[in-house]
Amino acid sequence: MALRVKALQSLLVEKGLVDPAALDAIIDTYEHKVGPRNGARVVARAWTDAAYLARLRQDATAAIAELGYGGRQGEHMVAVENTPETHNLVVCTLCSCYPWSVLGLPPVWYKSSPYRSRAVIDPRGVMAEFGLVVPEDVEVRVWDSTAEIRYLVIPQRPAGTEGWSEDALASLVSRDSMIGVAFAGASGAGS
Amino acid sequence: MNGVHDMGGMHGLGPIAPEADEPIFHERWEASALALTLAAGAWGRWTLDASRHARESIPGPEYLRMSYYEKWITALEALMIDTGLVTADEVASGAPAAGFARAAPPLTAERVAAAMAAGGPTDRPLGAAARFAVGEAVRTRNINPVGHTRLPRYARGRTGVITRAHGGHVFPDANAHGRGERPQPLYQVRIEAAELWGPDADARSAIYLDVWEDYLDRA
Repeated sequence: MALRVKALQSLLVEKGLVDPAALDAIIDTYEHKVGPRNGARVVARAWTDAAYLARLRQDATAAIAELGYGGRQGEHMVAVENTPETHNLVVCTLCSCYPWSVLGLPPVWYKSSPYRSRAVIDPRGVMAEFGLVVPEDVEVRVWDSTAEIRYLVIPQRPAGTEGWSEDALASLVSRDSMIGVAFAGASGAGS
Repeated sequence: MNGVHDMGGMHGLGPIAPEADEPIFHERWEASALALTLAAGAWGRWTLDASRHARESIPGPEYLRMSYYEKWITALEALMIDTGLVTADEVASGAPAAGFARAAPPLTAERVAAAMAAGGPTDRPLGAAARFAVGEAVRTRNINPVGHTRLPRYARGRTGVITRAHGGHVFPDANAHGRGERPQPLYQVRIEAAELWGPDADARSAIYLDVWEDYLDRA
């Protein structure tokens, strides 16, 4: 694949169809500028600011734009909140739609056939493969991203974090918790 | 189209394999595949819906074998050949045809930030009133088009409830095939797991999909 892509790239550059500096800028955007830290900031704000949470419920695209995030694959956002009664899980069974503007590019497992096929028919089994057990009395809602609406899960705020700063709270919010395959918590920050 | 890409509800495709500390790109060519696809897309020769259709048109056995970015590159080559930006011979040889006219790329480095920030919103004004209202019971149609559609097989001919109205959005079934945007109302629909998967399904589980008006009838 490396050779094939290199050949295509040199063809397109030579024909003046793509600008090599633009390619670098696109890669830099998704390697360094857009990623799950964006979404974690949205979640931390929602946890600490009731008025912001209300705006997020009303119009998530606008509320997320308040923090400076939007654009490609985040043009139309809906935030779905986990509560003691409800747990949310996001998938795209038909391709790999994902909220790039707040989570960056999707991980391989999200784009994989096993996840795409089973998330809708066996969400609890899928979550268990991530080590996540959602209690039987909690309703599981699976969001299949069939249109251009992108879904961001707002995980539950961990207990014992009263009075924490927004930055400290954001560090508890993992990418996986904003897809719905993890809870927010101590093991958050990395993935 | 009833392709293997429409895999919701299938069993047997293997374990999910989350990778700890996964890099954004596993190899540099993956980064190039992403960037080339976005940069070439800036020519406006195809729509997002057409590019999705190009990926799902990869023959099923190949589709299942290929990695994500391999599908992207395969679809990009097909789209660029179909729209005349390159020829199949050029892709095969990696060199421009003799006497080619050098173009000026529409997406320059200075424009990348603005282009990514703008994205491609699909909401559109509607000429007519929406047929359905939040809270109404609806039934998805049993359609099996050979072209692009965003109504998954597992959710066809099923009853659910409208939980949100998203306003007008570009209709992919038309837009993917160069038949125009034909915007129509888009709804969020809740379908209970038991309606989709039968009496043995998890009683405390539901699927939400975004469904265009043409996919729906009143229940």
